[in-house]
Amino acid sequence: MSRLPSPIALTRRHYGAHPLQLLALLATFALSGYAFYRASMGPLPVRMLVWFVAAIVGHDLVLYPLYALADRSWHVVSRRRRVQRDRVRPAVPAVNHVRVPVVLSGMLLIAFWGTISGQGDAAFFAASDHHFAPYLGRWLAITGVLFAISAVLYAARLGRAHGAKVAPRQANQTSAGGGTTR
Amino acid sequence: MSDDELGFPKPLFRRLRTLPAVGPFRPATWRSPLRGPWLTSVFAIVLLVGLPLVTITGLLSYIAYGPQFHQAIPGHVGWLHLPYFAWPTRPVWLYRFTQGLHVALGLALVPVVLAKLWSVIPKLFTWPPAKTLAQVVERLSLALLVGSILFELATGLLNIQYDYIFGFDFYTAHYYGAWVFIAAFLTHVAIKFPAMRRGLRARSLRRELRTGLADTTADAYEPDGLAPQAPARATISRRGALGLVAGSSLAILAFELGSTLNPLRFTALLTSRGQSYGGGPGHFQVNRSAATARITPADTDDTWRLTLVGNRGEAVSLSRTQLLSMPQHRASLPIACVEGWSTEQHWQGIRLRELAALVGVGRPTYAHVRSLEKRGAFNQATLNTDACRDPDAMLALKVAGDDLLPDHGYPARIIVPALPGVHNTKWVSSIAFHGAA
Repeated sequence: MSRLPSPIALTRRHYGAHPLQLLALLATFALSGYAFYRASMGPLPVRMLVWFVAAIVGHDLVLYPLYALADRSWHVVSRRRRVQRDRVRPAVPAVNHVRVPVVLSGMLLIAFWGTISGQGDAAFFAASDHHFAPYLGRWLAITGVLFAISAVLYAARLGRAHGAKVAPRQANQTSAGGGTTR
Repeated sequence: MSDDELGFPKPLFRRLRTLPAVGPFRPATWRSPLRGPWLTSVFAIVLLVGLPLVTITGLLSYIAYGPQFHQAIPGHVGWLHLPYFAWPTRPVWLYRFTQGLHVALGLALVPVVLAKLWSVIPKLFTWPPAKTLAQVVERLSLALLVGSILFELATGLLNIQYDYIFGFDFYTAHYYGAWVFIAAFLTHVAIKFPAMRRGLRARSLRRELRTGLADTTADAYEPDGLAPQAPARATISRRGALGLVAGSSLAILAFELGSTLNPLRFTALLTSRGQSYGGGPGHFQVNRSAATARITPADTDDTWRLTLVGNRGEAVSLSRTQLLSMPQHRASLPIACVEGWSTEQHWQGIRLRELAALVGVGRPTYAHVRSLEKRGAFNQATLNTDACRDPDAMLALKVAGDDLLPDHGYPARIIVPALPGVHNTKWVSSIAFHGAA
């Protein structure tokens, strides 16, 4: 075959993608570079850049590892406890009854951090002569309610699972083995 | 392994590939059986619909501030703006809607963005980090994408809560950050849209919503893909994970919507925005108090006069009593803050176009309003043609049947439909009208 490969095929082989991909990405860098340039003419551009980089590092290398580690350690600890006490797997896993309230409460904390932490209070008071209400207490109360609801649901599910386990046995006894067994 | 998949310069990428993967760069680190093209694509399509809405409403807010009159911040943005147009006064709820949507949807999408990042984080730790220059360049653009969305969410969240720990000017940072996001987002969508469509077809949403934990299995592993090589046992179903994310968004909305909707005011338990201070409907949220603005009782007593100035310098001075003896206009209009809160109130005052007529301007094209406030970024505002002529645009003297409270601008404030809150100048001292007789 003596046919020369097309420029597109060459780009694909040596660059690794269609030339349009490169063009689109170059346009991205041009536009965002221009935005960085305009921002650099305003006050405190370095501080903005630091926050931009810190946002990536803060999520990918701090927040994510922390919550992944917390989740993983729950599994490790609960498995170890099961092995130590020679228990079988519980009828209803508890993990999501902890996960759900933790995630909901955590998301509320992230979304309303400035208010719950009270960090915004000084600036808000300076502007409006009003204080933030005691939001930390409210958030703790909401968190408490979330955990309480989750605990009640867990208890209900456990009860139902036990009931389901006991019921067929009783049914078998009363019908003297005549019923269908599971 | 063949060298065919390596791009130019091959020796470099070959060398990179020979380095051993350590820590999170080992594929075995990533074990969640939920990760895979389908789940990521579901988060993606939610963001594909939601984030453009947040972005566009944000850019519209910039227009609403009136860049034509140099009162939008940041001031000189080069080419980085929507085509300028005169912000309308109708529908009266326009700014309340666009800005309420911007803030509420932005808040509600926080869990979705975090979930999307969770679902793709193994990609950050692929090994080798790149096999071609195309991947290197794309990964750089992803840094812009992830950095800008997190930057926008973080600065937005902190700003609406007066938590100014970032230290820089919010408007400047949030505005240019948005353009970095727009650039990176458009390209990301262009590159990944086919993958998202394939991902969505990989599973049926209806079936997933009926699949419990026991039947939750991992997607097929593909090298450089999202699904794990050695999946762990599922501890939550896909519908459970989706429910958790949706539930988080709804929980945030449940506590946020009370800052914009009067009947839900009592649900705004975690936000200080859009409060009622008790004492009746006129005691709504204060952003800037009279004390902060250094407005003293002496400034606003019987000696206060409103100065109206016409085209050719003709000036009229009016006391509050004189204003109250003029024909009063009444209208229920929302006042909406850039920070996302709003409230509808019943206002009473004098139509701006009648005030303009008093100084011989029958057809005002714009008006310049000044406040008694000496300092402060918003102690003056320019109103465009629509704002001057709207039949409901007024110099308000009363709200909810009572005199304005000092913190709400007594003796008189501007109220214009669909105008960003801060341009409804409080403690008005003068209005200069420009336009034809």
